[in-house]
Amino acid sequence: MKLYNAMKTWIIAGLVAVVVTACATTQEEMIDGDGAPIDDQAQTGMVDDGSSGGADATGLDGADGGDGMAISDMDAISRLQQTEGALANRTIYFEFDSAKLTSESIQILETHGSFVAGNGEVSVRLEGHADERGSREYNIALGDRRAQSVRRVLLFQGASADQVETVSYGEEEPAMQGHTEEAWAKNRRVELIYTVN
Amino acid sequence: MKQLIIYLLAGLLWIMPVLANAALTIEITGGVEGALPIAVVPFDTSRLSSKLPVDIAGIVASDLNRSGVLKSMERTRLPANPHYSNQVQYARWRTAGQDYLVVGRVLEKSPGLYNIEFQLLDVLKQKQLLGRSMPAKKRNLRSRAHQISDFIYEQITGTRGAFNTRIAFVRAQKDAARKYVLQVADTDGFNAQNVLESDEPIMSPSWSPDGKSLAYVSFENERPEIFIQHLATARRSKVAGFRGLNSAPSWSPDGKFLALVLSKDGSPDIYTLNTATKRLKRLTTHRSIDTEPVWSSDGRTIIFTSDRAGSPQLYRIDVGGGKPKRVTFEGRYNTAASLSPDGKFIAMVHGERGQYKIAQYERETGNLTVLTDSSLDESPSFSPNGKMVLYASTRGNNGFLYAVSIDGRAKHKLSDQAGDIREPVWGPFESK
Repeated sequence: MKLYNAMKTWIIAGLVAVVVTACATTQEEMIDGDGAPIDDQAQTGMVDDGSSGGADATGLDGADGGDGMAISDMDAISRLQQTEGALANRTIYFEFDSAKLTSESIQILETHGSFVAGNGEVSVRLEGHADERGSREYNIALGDRRAQSVRRVLLFQGASADQVETVSYGEEEPAMQGHTEEAWAKNRRVELIYTVN
Repeated sequence: MKQLIIYLLAGLLWIMPVLANAALTIEITGGVEGALPIAVVPFDTSRLSSKLPVDIAGIVASDLNRSGVLKSMERTRLPANPHYSNQVQYARWRTAGQDYLVVGRVLEKSPGLYNIEFQLLDVLKQKQLLGRSMPAKKRNLRSRAHQISDFIYEQITGTRGAFNTRIAFVRAQKDAARKYVLQVADTDGFNAQNVLESDEPIMSPSWSPDGKSLAYVSFENERPEIFIQHLATARRSKVAGFRGLNSAPSWSPDGKFLALVLSKDGSPDIYTLNTATKRLKRLTTHRSIDTEPVWSSDGRTIIFTSDRAGSPQLYRIDVGGGKPKRVTFEGRYNTAASLSPDGKFIAMVHGERGQYKIAQYERETGNLTVLTDSSLDESPSFSPNGKMVLYASTRGNNGFLYAVSIDGRAKHKLSDQAGDIREPVWGPFESK
């Protein structure tokens, strides 16, 4: 799809360092929320909370965007091109048959969420994957759940729903071939793929 | 505009129904004690103007062997070569240990137009059990041979044969021009035809009950969407392209509905879609994963996979709605249900100690029988006569198709050099 994208789009392959830390209460709620499957009510609650998070991030956006879109674009791109820091970490890994995020993953994703929230021209595609074991249809559902887990953190940090797209590939596109614990661990993942419009 | 371009490109790239010659070869991996001995003598083709492109008796012998119920005699060991019942010296076949004998001949009515005649003989009673004459053309000779196998199988076992049916599966080839191909083939793997070729994954083929269409999931727009394709015309339409997951389509027995899995309302849930009115109905609402719906043959119940109790298990729910009831309790991983036509058995993927095997669950007794001894098995699918289960098994870098009898005693592999084969699904009986 990117290849045919008629809009002026940069696909960013590089990685980053800027730190935007979320408050401690936010983090705790997320960990609690993820400890058990999140029901629809909890999910709605978080999305609501997310908009206040988004208001926080607006300050950042205003500061960056004050001089116009071009500068803002450059800023988002250069931040995405950095090779160190949480934003450079674009793959989140999971345990077998689980969509639960570790607290390290949540910290990384909070940085991503704040970055997306603060840069309206950025959109991110969350590609969920599973290892090969078990049934393919269950695995594509599992990949969807994993992408949804990641999405919830991004929205909670204030990213807007139309900036975040999820797609599951199930076990169809492994990162590593082979039938070993190592390959399986590498394949149970969500990849964050950024686009800057 | 962007969307339009994508669709235009998609239109050019994807729809390529062509005849493929990639045949699967069969290898019997498990012999069966007590299978009934039958000898299938090569049919007489000496009066034909040109050589027949297929070996009819060879196809029949191979079909019957795969059933596990019959064991066909190796051709090199045949004690005689009769083509008519009146040429048969029964004593020789009895001495050779055969219970049944098949003889036949192919006659030519006009160039390319044949008549196949065959007789099934009972060696011990020294009498004919069945005799048929059937017209054939060059292009349906294989199909006619499978029909002969069906006649013989039904005559001997009392169960309708399923040799003359078709299977669908997905083949992935790393270095091919199109990485993913959805194919339809005969049950012995021959006559493979491409239904869809794509650079992006194809998943979850499901046969319409009339055998004329397939529903499947295609990632051609870089996300999973559900399509229905009419096989003969290659005409197709997208039936579900909602935000999130669109997966695991399954046709209702009357052909009017698809059960499918959508995550547009949160977590993956089971829905039914009226294919005529496009009306969607949500059946499950749990926050867990609900997927892999399959219909009972009366169309009233859907069996599906859910991890609502912590690990994936099978459940059933009324098509009208209501509270799902758990079906499987043994083990921590039971998914991918396929229902036997009589509804008494469920074939599934059963995970145990890190191994994923095909198991059969008897609903009345609750007995679970593991049918395979490999570790990465998936996608079980019952034959339409309920006697075999087709499945995919990963060995090394590739997946292969296997079929196992429901008692687990006979197993055969449909092997192939090319690619990684997955998600086989056995089609319905041809309508008589």
